[in-house]
Amino acid sequence: MTRETLNARRLLCPLPVIRTQDKVKQLKVGDQLEVICTDPGVMQDIPAWCRINGHKVLETVSGDHEYIIILEVGG
Amino acid sequence: MSKQRKAVALISGGLDSMLAAKTIMEQGVHVEGINFFTGFCVEGHTHAIRAQDKAKPKRNNSLWVAEQLGIKLHIVDVIEEYKKVLINPKHGYGANMNPCLDCKIFMVNKAKQWLVENDFDFIITGEVIGQRPMSQRKATMPIISQQSGADDLLLRPLCAKNLPETLPEREGWVDREKLHEITGRSRKPQMALAKHFGFDDYAQPAGGCCFLTDASYSAKLVDLWKARDGDKEYDLDDVMLLKVGRHIRPEQHFKLIVAREEGEERFMQGYKKDFITLKCIDYPGALTLVDGTPSAEDLFTAARITARYGQGRNAEQVDVRIIGKDGSERIIQVKPFAAEEIPQEWLI
Repeated sequence: MTRETLNARRLLCPLPVIRTQDKVKQLKVGDQLEVICTDPGVMQDIPAWCRINGHKVLETVSGDHEYIIILEVGG
Repeated sequence: MSKQRKAVALISGGLDSMLAAKTIMEQGVHVEGINFFTGFCVEGHTHAIRAQDKAKPKRNNSLWVAEQLGIKLHIVDVIEEYKKVLINPKHGYGANMNPCLDCKIFMVNKAKQWLVENDFDFIITGEVIGQRPMSQRKATMPIISQQSGADDLLLRPLCAKNLPETLPEREGWVDREKLHEITGRSRKPQMALAKHFGFDDYAQPAGGCCFLTDASYSAKLVDLWKARDGDKEYDLDDVMLLKVGRHIRPEQHFKLIVAREEGEERFMQGYKKDFITLKCIDYPGALTLVDGTPSAEDLFTAARITARYGQGRNAEQVDVRIIGKDGSERIIQVKPFAAEEIPQEWLI
């Protein structure tokens, strides 16, 4: 299992979702990805994208104008 | 046992594409969605920028539709490729800078490429004859099929009975009798079908899903191209900044973007290294970005405009801080413009 980080700061939805989607394609089942964003819309969009594509959201963190989502790649 | 057929559905996030996909899913076909991000999609962006829109739901409707349907959704970044569609549309523009017919041909062509790469069998769209004046007419349906290269792999389940049979119908992958014959601009048939499928929540049509159909946005885009001596190249930042602020062009060689509220200002802060910025010091007021090559005199004008849109607009003198792209700062004192001193032709 590897854990990688994706910097999606300053990108507005759906670009953080697209970058997440493209990054996940390079990972294996069970790998983890931490996505760091500034668009609050990701707190809804990335979990929705994970649900429909079979990935698992492990943690979400809302900070001061920064939002972090940690997901685990599904099968 | 017959092979399960697979269809890729163009999912915009609106009701029609949702109903089209559902109609085909009901026939036992495996459906996955595809959504193209051109940079001009209304979906997403603006609610993330404007603080006043924070109360509105932030859902992305294409993702939401996919989740309601229980299908995968592939979102594809086509920002670069879309430039040639917008800059030189073979079929021209609509009422504004919207190249709707070329856009539809482009998207169906991209879906066809995806279909080949992913071993799918046919394409679905939510098009309805007569629904839209430029791209969804009886005459344009074959043009889209042919010029996209999809030909009879393109099935429009909502109006299929009004169109010639497609390959999926001829081959018996779908039953034509269970497809629909919706025409025209009325939404009643779609609402009835939504009710039939048990969909009681869906995105309402709100003037299209693309900023290029918006007159104000289109005017700013045309102004941008004109100011660049007709060079129509653009990047994503250009496209994004046309969505925020008041755009004021006192001269051909420089333009101001004045934030209208807190959310826009926060967004524009991210561009401070790319533009000269102005901000009132003693009074609350808007952040201004200066695009172009302003002279010292132009910056004086820019400062007066910035002061006009701050709370010191009625003061005799206002201090305005000017920050260069390199971070250098200086402060100038100006008298804010009165409303009538800003000519209408400056406002884009």
